[in-house]
Amino acid sequence: MAGADGDDSLYPIAVLIDELRNEDVQNDTETQLYSLKMYSIIHIFYNTIYDEDEVLLALAEQLGNFTMLVGGPEYVHCLLPPLESLATVEETVVRDKAVESLRKISQEHSPVDLEVHFEPLVKRLASGDWFTSRTSACGLFSVCYPRVSSTVKAEIRQHFRTLCSDDTPMVRRAAASKLGEFAKVLEPEYVKSDIISLFTALASDEQDSVRLLAVEACVSIATLLPQEDLETLVMPTLRQAAEDKSWRVRYMVADKFSELQKAVGSEITKNDLVPAFQNLLKDCEAEVRAAAANKVKEFCENLPEDNREQIIMTHILPCVKELVSDTNQHVKSALASVIMGLSTILGKDNTIEHLLPLFLAQLKDECPEVRLNIISNLDCVNEVIGIRQLSQSLLPAIVELAEDAKWRVRLAIIEYMPLLAGQLGVEFFDEKLNTLCMAWLIDHVYAIREAATCNLMKLVEKFGAEWAQNTIVPKVLGMANDPNYLHRMTTLFCINALSEACGQEITTKQMLPVVLKMSNDQVANVRFNVAKSLQKIGPVLDSNALQTEVKPVLEKLATDSDMDVKYFAQEAITLQS
Amino acid sequence: MSSAPTTSPSVDKVDGFSRKSVRKAKQKRSQSSSQFRSQGKPIELTPLNVGFLEWDRKTAQPELFLKKLQQCCTVFDFMDTLSDLKMKEYKRSTLNELVDYVTVSRGYLTEQAYPEVVKMVSQNIFRTLPPSDSNEFDPEEDEPTLEASWPHLQLVYEFFIRFLESQEFQPSIAKKYIDQKFVLQLLELFDSEDPRERDYLKTVLHRIYGKFLGLRAFIRKQINNIFLRFVYETEHFNGVAELLEILGSIINGFALPLKAEHKQFLVKVLIPLHTVRSLSLFHAQLAYCIVQFLEKDPTLTEPVIRGLLKFWPKTCSQKEVMYLGELEEILDVIEPTQFVKIQEPLFKQISRCVSSPHFQVAERALYYWNNEYIMSLIEENSSVILPIMFSSLYRISKEHWNPAIVALVYNVLKAFMEMNSTLFDELTATYKSDRQREKKKEKEREELWKKLEDLELKRGLRSDGIIPT
Repeated sequence: MAGADGDDSLYPIAVLIDELRNEDVQNDTETQLYSLKMYSIIHIFYNTIYDEDEVLLALAEQLGNFTMLVGGPEYVHCLLPPLESLATVEETVVRDKAVESLRKISQEHSPVDLEVHFEPLVKRLASGDWFTSRTSACGLFSVCYPRVSSTVKAEIRQHFRTLCSDDTPMVRRAAASKLGEFAKVLEPEYVKSDIISLFTALASDEQDSVRLLAVEACVSIATLLPQEDLETLVMPTLRQAAEDKSWRVRYMVADKFSELQKAVGSEITKNDLVPAFQNLLKDCEAEVRAAAANKVKEFCENLPEDNREQIIMTHILPCVKELVSDTNQHVKSALASVIMGLSTILGKDNTIEHLLPLFLAQLKDECPEVRLNIISNLDCVNEVIGIRQLSQSLLPAIVELAEDAKWRVRLAIIEYMPLLAGQLGVEFFDEKLNTLCMAWLIDHVYAIREAATCNLMKLVEKFGAEWAQNTIVPKVLGMANDPNYLHRMTTLFCINALSEACGQEITTKQMLPVVLKMSNDQVANVRFNVAKSLQKIGPVLDSNALQTEVKPVLEKLATDSDMDVKYFAQEAITLQS
Repeated sequence: MSSAPTTSPSVDKVDGFSRKSVRKAKQKRSQSSSQFRSQGKPIELTPLNVGFLEWDRKTAQPELFLKKLQQCCTVFDFMDTLSDLKMKEYKRSTLNELVDYVTVSRGYLTEQAYPEVVKMVSQNIFRTLPPSDSNEFDPEEDEPTLEASWPHLQLVYEFFIRFLESQEFQPSIAKKYIDQKFVLQLLELFDSEDPRERDYLKTVLHRIYGKFLGLRAFIRKQINNIFLRFVYETEHFNGVAELLEILGSIINGFALPLKAEHKQFLVKVLIPLHTVRSLSLFHAQLAYCIVQFLEKDPTLTEPVIRGLLKFWPKTCSQKEVMYLGELEEILDVIEPTQFVKIQEPLFKQISRCVSSPHFQVAERALYYWNNEYIMSLIEENSSVILPIMFSSLYRISKEHWNPAIVALVYNVLKAFMEMNSTLFDELTATYKSDRQREKKKEKEREELWKKLEDLELKRGLRSDGIIPT
């Protein structure tokens, strides 16, 4: 039995090797590798030199899950050679995957194996000739550091230090991006003695792409140090970064501002970060202002509570006011997406006095995205001052967005309709917004018509079947006689969406007759959509109507001259029987 | 129509698809460079109301030159079109004077002038480039954003080039100031969106490369880094074409035998550059560099062609056409001994291109047969190439949708027939059975995979203890 089994399994291996060497890589590499995995014959594909990056990528990924297949943690080190060579290839995604897998299997090494097999590999990579291997090495230090002896630790720190001052910027970038992670696994004394100097050096690198990565590391480093050391060890560098001559670095500071704020604590925030934040909000580059504007709410939220209001009112709000009339629309729209959140922090009175004018100004902004962002965050204000304060300005803004020339803008406002309807109430809706909702049904973009049907369904769910019967259904059914077949189809789509929410009675008495009548439409697309609709609304109808009314029509459609009509009619018949 | 419409709406000729949106005409944009914290107070320069000519030639001119250089270090904000108008005009005319001065004057270049020139140039041209206006800037479609401060910047570049080209210019003194850091900043400027600036930069870098032997290796290495970053990290850098253009003439001057460093540059940097999405923007310059390399050292042909085949753009017809163009350029200079080494994989690819459903790709590949030199190579090796090409050609002669392609294919088949009629007849005769054999093999492969999956399944069940061992 065992012998037969052996033969049985050797054969496919031979096939596999053959397949792997096949030039034609159309085969699904996943399957190939998965099967391979089952046979765990590591040396075979180690020797199979493949240069197709897609294959290498899959290989690099799968090898990370191989531990059990090579015989468990005891043998896991035999996965290292193939991963090592994958960690040196040019293609970044392959290399990154190989590093990811190496990091994964490093955890499965025993401390001894880690020193005997893994750490030498890291060293080899770190001193490789070509930048790719050195880049990969940067990601491996932190995973082996905690579990090796102190002499090896010293070596690892030395290697990391060397890579931080590598002469290729690619390697320095890799090192800078892992600096924070590495700092976390280091003993506190080495954070101070090693990491800080590396951090300072990287943060003043000649390339801005390196400097900006140091900002990211700053967050982790600041969390590791005791409060009293921050001022001398981290703050000089951070201050310098916030005023860097490259906007990319300043952008990064703005982008990481909340994290930085949490890392340095409230005292430094008050003294240093508040003015820095003001500067970023007033930066000369729109990119930086936008990134900072995005953080306004979070920054304010995290200010120390004792004098939060005072800081916001005297330092932040004046900048915010200026941003409302910024020249760049991205800045305004970034601000619009968070500004409403300030109302919960500042409370009712301040909101009415200081924020409301800003909201109203943004609601009238020339850029649709700004208005949209305000409208989409109405719920925050609703909680604090109620939406009524805004409704006067809201309506013109909504109407204008509803007719915006860009369909994506129209789509976005449709999506907020159910929410708005809920907050404004049925009366306001009927009076002001209903016509808009109906107009979208005949929009010239399909996505809008589709969203409009879906919107109607949500409205019916909110306002009930009776409301639907009085306000929506007649208009929808009226479109069944429209000369434009696209509009006639919209009727069908609406019926599909509404039948369930409207219930059996409305569906049978009002909708069904219209659908049945449309089965004589001269456009085939309408006819096969009738078949589809009948299938869709079938579950809502009673069996009598199904038998006496629906079935004959479907049978007639099943003999239609058009192929598609026939197909969908037949499908509906089989599903209903 | 069986179910004639009776009740449905009368005339159904309404076009359901009306289009309202019309693309707005694009506006030319301009932007200032990211001069951080430069705005604010108005700038005052005290005009030196004397032109160079009015000054006594020997003594005072160099001193005036320095003064004017110092004044030109002041940088103005050009986004604010109304501020400092007078001073902007003053600086412009001063720069003009400086340009004229370095062109005509003799004996002006004192040793003290060098640091001042470099300082003035650095102050003006070195700046952080502003963010690109549109996130997805497409250099082929979008108008480039022009540098607002160009009226001054152009003159500074003009001045600097005249300075570098001046007969009195002494690299041995200048190298103290035009150093690695200077070059590095200069290279970063190649990312400028303004094509006028990149053009000047190209000349500047070329002059520096020519005059400062000590910087050459450094410049090449930094260009290397820029390209690697471009290929593997950002896919964004505006000055690739310009840098390649400079490299084209640098490669031309390489001494033989080529250093390992240069070969590595070819294989590890230039070849991967083909993978970038925006290849069309610099492909001509890239192909030129590659051909330059091959003319220097023909033994590099094999790694180059293998590299191109490795990165072959299987899913981008536009790029495929470019690759085919480049391959033809390579084949134009290929040595017959090198051709033999690479012909098999090469023609397998060409055979795939010839049968591409995209007619431009097929057409481009078929044009090879109009190239006399390539034809002669094919003829010499017809016993190898003909079997590779035959089945594709035969098949598309029957089923390609585009009549122009079919016509081209007939010509190619005819050429093959004339070249080697016995082999051609043999291939025609065995075409059918060959196809069947291929199909059978394909089927066998599928079955093998199925078997493998079954086995896998059984294993799984066994390890779950469902099937006893």
